[in-house]
Amino acid sequence: MTQTILKVENLHKSYGKTEVIKGVSFEIKKSETKVIVGPSGTGKSTLLRCINQLDPPDKGRVWLEDVEISKSHIDINQIRASIGFVFQSFNLFTHLTALDNVRIGLMRVKGMKEEEATKISIEELKRVGLGDKIHNYPAQLSGGQQQRVSIARALAMSPKLILFDEPTSALDPELIGEVLEVMINLAKEGTTMIVVTHEMGFARSVANDIIFMDDGIILEEGPPGEIFKNPKHKRTAKFFSKITQLEGEKAK
Amino acid sequence: MGTLVTIELALAFLGLGFVVGIPLAVGEVYGNKFVKNLAVLPIVEFFRSIPALVLLFLFYFGASSLNLSLSPFIAALLAMGFRSAAYQSQIFRGAIKSIDVGQMQAARSIGMSKFKAIRYIILPQALRISIPSWSNEYSSVLKDTSLVYALGVTELMRQGRYIVARTFGNAILVYVVCALIYFVIVHFGVKLLDFLEEKYKIPGYEIKKVTTRA
Amino acid sequence: MNFFEFAWSILPKLLQGSLISLELTALAISIGLILGIPLSLGRVYGNKIIYTVTTIYIEAFRGTPMLTQLFILYFGLPSIGIMFPPFTAALIGLGLNSAAYQAEYFRGAIQAVKDGQMVAARSIGMSKIKAIRYIILPQMFRLVIPSWSNELVLLLKASSIVYMIQVSELVSVGRQIASRNFRTFEVFLVIAFIYFVIVEVLNRILHSVERKIKIPGL
Repeated sequence: MTQTILKVENLHKSYGKTEVIKGVSFEIKKSETKVIVGPSGTGKSTLLRCINQLDPPDKGRVWLEDVEISKSHIDINQIRASIGFVFQSFNLFTHLTALDNVRIGLMRVKGMKEEEATKISIEELKRVGLGDKIHNYPAQLSGGQQQRVSIARALAMSPKLILFDEPTSALDPELIGEVLEVMINLAKEGTTMIVVTHEMGFARSVANDIIFMDDGIILEEGPPGEIFKNPKHKRTAKFFSKITQLEGEKAK
Repeated sequence: MGTLVTIELALAFLGLGFVVGIPLAVGEVYGNKFVKNLAVLPIVEFFRSIPALVLLFLFYFGASSLNLSLSPFIAALLAMGFRSAAYQSQIFRGAIKSIDVGQMQAARSIGMSKFKAIRYIILPQALRISIPSWSNEYSSVLKDTSLVYALGVTELMRQGRYIVARTFGNAILVYVVCALIYFVIVHFGVKLLDFLEEKYKIPGYEIKKVTTRA
Repeated sequence: MNFFEFAWSILPKLLQGSLISLELTALAISIGLILGIPLSLGRVYGNKIIYTVTTIYIEAFRGTPMLTQLFILYFGLPSIGIMFPPFTAALIGLGLNSAAYQAEYFRGAIQAVKDGQMVAARSIGMSKIKAIRYIILPQMFRLVIPSWSNELVLLLKASSIVYMIQVSELVSVGRQIASRNFRTFEVFLVIAFIYFVIVEVLNRILHSVERKIKIPGL
C-alpha cells in the first residue's frame, strides 16, 4: 500500500465575511499527481496556501505523512521546508543569481555546507534545463526560465510534495511549454505533486486524479478518463465542455 | 511672541521661494540650453550645496562689505528665500516633468502660445502634484527658521534663550517647550496642506506620493 | 591683500576645521545607521508597542529643528545635571537625528521590496527573522542607496549648525578668523566654496558607488 503523503480534512477558510473554502477534504499518496481545476475565484489557490499555512485555515486539519501540521504549536518552518511551493508570479529572490536562489534554502534553512549545497543546486538547475544560466539574475531571465528556476528551488529542498499554484498563468503562451515539459517529467519520475492549473492537456496526460472545485467545495474527483467522459455533476460537464470548446478552437 | 516671528519668517521664506522658484523651474524645463545651464542650474546648485548657516552669514556679511546695511531680518529673508527657491524649483521641475507631454501638445494645437500653455494648462496641474513634496519643504523651512538665531533675529529660539537667561529658568524645560511649539506648527501646517490637497484634487486623477528632498 | 591671497592664507586653518566637520558627519551617520535599521524594522514588522515607540522617536526628531535638539542636549541637560562637552553633544544630537531620518528611508526601501519576496522566503521554510536577514535587508540596502547618499550630504551641511553649541568646526574656525581681521564676507566666501567642493566630490563618489553595486533588475 503506497504511503499517504498528505491528508486534508474538512478545511474551511474565510476572508472577512466571505467563506472561500467551505469544507474540503482529500488525500494524496506518494508519487501521485493531482490536478485541481475549476472556475476562477473558487478557492483553488487559497487551498494550496492553506496546506503549507502561508494562509492559515480557519477550521480543519492537515496531515503531512503522519504528522498533523495544522496544530498550532508545530514548527511551521520545518514543515514548509518539506513542502515545495511554486508561485504563479515565480517570486524569485531578485537580488540573487539563479544558483543562489536555489542554494539559499539549503544553506540557510537546512544548514548545509556551501560545497554540498552548490552541488545539489547545480544538479537541480540542470534538471530543469538551466545549467548554463546559473549565474544569471532573475531580471536577465525570461518568464519561463524564471519559473523553472523556482521549480529547481523547490526541488532542491527534497520536499515530500510540491504544490504548484497556477504555475503557467503568468507566462506568455510560447513560454508555457517549457515549464509544462519540466512538470510532466517530474510527474513521470514519481514526484508527488498537487497542481492548480487551467492547462487541461497537462491534466489529461499526467494526472492520477483530477479534482474539480467549484464555489469552495470539491464537486468531483476522479481519474481524467472518467471525469471527462462521465462527469457526475452538470456543472462539471459544463466546465469541461467549455474548456474542450476552447481547446478545439485552439487546435483548429 | 517669538513664535509669531518664526511663522512670519517661514511664510516669507516660502513665499519668496515660491515666487522665484516657479520661474526657475519653468526655465529649467522649457528654457533653451543657455538659460538652463548658465543661469538656472548654477544658481540651484549653489544654493543647494552650501549649508543654510553659511548662506545666512554670507548674505549678512556680504551686504556690509558692499556697504549696504541690511537688517538681519532682510538678510535672512534673501538668503533663505533664495535657498527655498532653489529647492522649490526642483519640486516644481519634477512635477512639471511628470505631466504627460500630450497636455502641452494639445494646448499648442488650439493655438496657445508656450507661455499661455504653461500658465493655464501645465502649472495648474503641476502645482497640485507638488503639494506632497511641497509640504516637506514647508516643514524644512519652518525648522530652518531656527538658524536665523545666529544672525540675532528674535525668533522662537532666541526668545527661549532670553527666557532662560532672564529668569534663570529651567533650561531644559524651556527648550523642550520650544521643540513642542515647532512640532505643533509643523504638524498643523502639514495637516492644512493635506486638506488643501484634498480640496483641490482633480477627480479621477491619480497623484502618486513622491518624497523628494534634494 | 587681495581676495585670493587672503583666501590662500586662511585655507589651512579652514581645512582643519572642515576635517572636524567631516569627522563629525562620518561618526554621526554611522550612529544613525546603527540605530536607524532597528528603528525601521520596528516600524515595519513590530507589534503595536514597538511601532508606537519607534514612531514617537522618529516624529519627535523629524518634527523639530536640529538646533532645538542640540540646544536641549547642550544647554538644557545641564539643568538636570547631565553635562556633555560640545563635540559629544553634537555627535549625539546629529546621530540621533540622523537615525530618525535614515529610519524613514530604510522603511521606504523595505516597503519597496515586493511582497512576493517575503512569501517565497517563508515558503521554503525560512523564519521571519531569516527572511528579513537574507532576503529583505540585502534588497533594501541596494534600494536605499540614492536616499542614503542624500542623507549623507544633508548631514554634512547640517554639521555646520553645531557651531552654535561651540564646536570648533569649519564655520566656527571661520568666525574666529574673521573676528581677527574683519574680512568676514570673504572668509565665508571661501567657506562656501569649500562646502561646495566637498559636496560635489561626495556626490560624484556616491554616484559611482551606486553604479558599481547595481544588480540588473533591481
